[in-house]
Amino acid sequence: MRMNKVYNRIESIVGNVITVRASGVQYNELAQINTRFGKSLAQVNKIDGDIVSLQVFAGGKGVSTGDEIRFLGHEMRVSFSEDLLGRIFNGSGEPRDKGPALTDNMKAIGGPSVNPTKRILANRMLRTNIPMIDMFNTLVVSQKLPIFSISGEPYNQLLARIAMQAEADVIVLGGMGLKYDDFLYFKDELSKGGALSKTVMFIHTASDPTVECMMIPDMALAVAEQFALQDKDVLVLLTDMTNFADAMKEIAITGEQVPSNRGYPGDLYSQLAARYEKAVDFANSGSVTVLAVTTMPGDDVTHPVPDNTGYITEGQYYLKGGRIEPFGSLSRLKQNVNGKTRKDHRALMDAMIRMYSSYKETLEKKNMGFSMNRWDEKLLKYGELFENKLMDLSVNLSLEEALDLGWEILADCFEKDETGIKSDLTDEFWPKD
Amino acid sequence: MSENIGKVVSVNGNLVSVEFNCNVSMNEICFVKVGDTALKSEVIRIKGNIAQIQVYEMTGGIKCGDMVEFTGEMLSAELGPGLLGQIYDGLQNPLPLLAEKAGWFLERGNYADGLDADKKWEFTPTAKIGDTVRAGEYIGTVPEGAFTHKIFIPFYLLGTYTIKSIAEKGEYTIKETVAVIADERGREISVAMSFKWPVKRAISCYSERLAPTETMETKVRLVDSFFPVAKGGTYCTPGPFGAGKTVLQHTTSKYADVDIVIIAACGERAGEVVETLTEFPELTDPKTGRSLMERTIIICNTSSMPVASREASVYTSVTLAEYYRQMGLNVLLLADSTSRWAQALREMSGRLEEIPGEEAFPAYLESYIASFYERAGYVRLPDGSRGSVTIGGTVSPAGGNFEEPVTQATLKVVGAFHGLSRERSDARKYPAIDPLISWSKYKSVIDTEKSQYCKDVLHHGNEIESMMKVIGEEGTTLADYIIYLKSEMLDSVYLQQNSFDLVEANCGTERQRYVTDKLISILGSEFALSSKDDARVYFNRMRQRFIDWNYTEFQSDAFKKAEGEIDALYNEGGGKLTHDTERLLKGGE
Repeated sequence: MRMNKVYNRIESIVGNVITVRASGVQYNELAQINTRFGKSLAQVNKIDGDIVSLQVFAGGKGVSTGDEIRFLGHEMRVSFSEDLLGRIFNGSGEPRDKGPALTDNMKAIGGPSVNPTKRILANRMLRTNIPMIDMFNTLVVSQKLPIFSISGEPYNQLLARIAMQAEADVIVLGGMGLKYDDFLYFKDELSKGGALSKTVMFIHTASDPTVECMMIPDMALAVAEQFALQDKDVLVLLTDMTNFADAMKEIAITGEQVPSNRGYPGDLYSQLAARYEKAVDFANSGSVTVLAVTTMPGDDVTHPVPDNTGYITEGQYYLKGGRIEPFGSLSRLKQNVNGKTRKDHRALMDAMIRMYSSYKETLEKKNMGFSMNRWDEKLLKYGELFENKLMDLSVNLSLEEALDLGWEILADCFEKDETGIKSDLTDEFWPKD
Repeated sequence: MSENIGKVVSVNGNLVSVEFNCNVSMNEICFVKVGDTALKSEVIRIKGNIAQIQVYEMTGGIKCGDMVEFTGEMLSAELGPGLLGQIYDGLQNPLPLLAEKAGWFLERGNYADGLDADKKWEFTPTAKIGDTVRAGEYIGTVPEGAFTHKIFIPFYLLGTYTIKSIAEKGEYTIKETVAVIADERGREISVAMSFKWPVKRAISCYSERLAPTETMETKVRLVDSFFPVAKGGTYCTPGPFGAGKTVLQHTTSKYADVDIVIIAACGERAGEVVETLTEFPELTDPKTGRSLMERTIIICNTSSMPVASREASVYTSVTLAEYYRQMGLNVLLLADSTSRWAQALREMSGRLEEIPGEEAFPAYLESYIASFYERAGYVRLPDGSRGSVTIGGTVSPAGGNFEEPVTQATLKVVGAFHGLSRERSDARKYPAIDPLISWSKYKSVIDTEKSQYCKDVLHHGNEIESMMKVIGEEGTTLADYIIYLKSEMLDSVYLQQNSFDLVEANCGTERQRYVTDKLISILGSEFALSSKDDARVYFNRMRQRFIDWNYTEFQSDAFKKAEGEIDALYNEGGGKLTHDTERLLKGGE
């Protein structure tokens, strides 16, 4: 075993990439570099004869040609144990809180994918107590869903609420390019809500080095996978995957890779898929569910990041105007579960969305100055109630309460036979005054 | 030994350069030794004494000086009985077997044989000693599920051979010799029930390639009647995410009127494969009465599996398809998605530092796509029987924009185009094939003139609809408004089809002919309707009755009853067939 070979002659420094002459180095191996600003990890990303290129996690700024490099003989790893719970780390796996560094039971990150024949069909509902999710686009255990959003929307507030309310054993939060105040917000909210003790955070803030941003999803997902193999239902929350993709773009371009679409590298799809596909339900064991914020530059869903994401994930939540938009949003797996929740669930969901769509049309007519008939007035009343009582992000109701409230709203605005719901359901569920 | 060995000199992602001083051939398979594991790789460029290889696995841990062993063989698929019902990765490793060996994860360097070498098959010889045979002719058969699996003279043998000995009827494994044949010089060769074939070469042991003239029923009305696919033809289905590409292929894989379906899940979600794996064993193949899985092979290289084997997976799939075609069977290959395959090419091209073409795809993208689709075909075999390989590929264009290189290169070579639109899928109109942009060069299951008539109604209705958006309903004449309502009705009762209802999803040719005649008689009639409100109410009622009709079993009592209600409503509306329509309907009889 070759141990801790030390080199102290750096041949070139370009951006975050340095090269050294070394032998016996493995591809993807980690090294430690000692600069005048402290230690940093670096990862081998190319070997050409005895010229070894390394990506320096802390960035190339201030690295001197005489700095010392020590190869560590292993790839990037993360410590795994119950001790992770309640802790906060950066993209290099070092503590961001005041706690001790963890070095036990190191697990490789970015491991192989699950054998498709060992997966089982997603069939368990994951409750969040957010009606727009539970009732209209049910989240399913092992699903991978992005939250498409434009900058400025309260996506981190939404994630924090899901973290506190979701029926999961463990929450892993991965923050990429997070504003420092958002980081503090997550920390405060989760400790106030009492969810900190079941949460592990891997946080990269906007001021941290770019390379570390790229490590966050792999760290978070490796830890999640280990918990899942110990029979835990794990919910991974990532924010924001567009920052992850941009970090990848930055590194690819500095590495002189040929860009494919708007500067992103040609393997953007594969890179995103490798992360999202970590979502899994292990037969007779735990699961990993992934919710990932993807901000859309210019509200453009055809931008390469949301576009490639849409092809990978099983639907999307569309956050617009501070609400989860019922039309753009889609949970592709909801049919797997919403038939066995309560028998009025599907019919009520369909009817309410249909009515809401009619409301939107009426609203358009109204804004164009057309006169409103009695039916229009009913729809206007309905739309307002629906938006305030169910769509508002602050609403916190169990699925059953939300369904009951749905019937109340309908009864408040319409007659039974105006709803288009089968009469055996209206007979049973229509509120009696 | 020492002559077929090289050593690693550089590593860049999954591209590794190897120094060698033996003979190395292009696309040869080699193994990189990393510790105890050997990683399968393929030679993709040779320069001087350096071979550049793409590794089918993650390359972490490889270092300079690591040993590389060249095998002398190209990437091959193992062909023989036992392929049906299998679930393979892109390199023909059976995934259930890998799971037995390695558990939850696809550990690298873990490989398994494509076919079970221990299983015995009931061999019946069909040739006798002294017969003259050529590659692609068969010498015996074994039963494989519902099929008679033919045992061939290996496709790679050139020239003619004489059978020296042949095994008697009995049980043999795929590796046992079932015949000995001799070439013109008397050199003897043993033939077993299985052999290998390099996947990147097309199998061409047929006598003649024929024009694809016979329509392949998919049971999807919109496809079979308006944008049909022929046996041995090619078609593509581009569409933005969420437009229902995969659901459409899934439906086709269940109901298509072919013998064998090969599903190539290429760079897509693993969850979708799991759905097929869960569902298919429970479903019955209407043709054989056996489990649907017995006519299916799944080649699954999902998005998080290594990209180099994703590239290989489409070739492995089409090779298996060609192999079963050689038995005189009709095979359908569904590739989802060819864009992911093209992206795999792009990733490798980038690493090789080739000059990029449009959107960084390699310049050879078009010719690769063309030669892949050209492997489809309807052929006459040496024994006179006919077989076909039909290829249907989905395309996932970036941003849903069809003006991108993969869609455009595909459109140049396929025979039918089923363009999915976001507009239709948002409106929940499934299948979301846009009738205004799609086309097909193949023959419809209904009369061509009738098919054209319906398409004309759709186009005309669409024109009126666009006009109405400007001038409003008030400004539209009643006659135009009725045409618009008719085209809307055609769309909702015939083009849209519920793929989750067993009767509705499985709409055969007979029924399509019957229903289109009825539809045309309504579309081509004049009605005594006095106002737009009346017309709207009338056609809404007609639509509802048609939809009810669609859900009844063909020619059942309920079917006839529902048809009677349509007729009654037709008379109630004072329907009167126009002259042209009358002629059109008669011409089709």
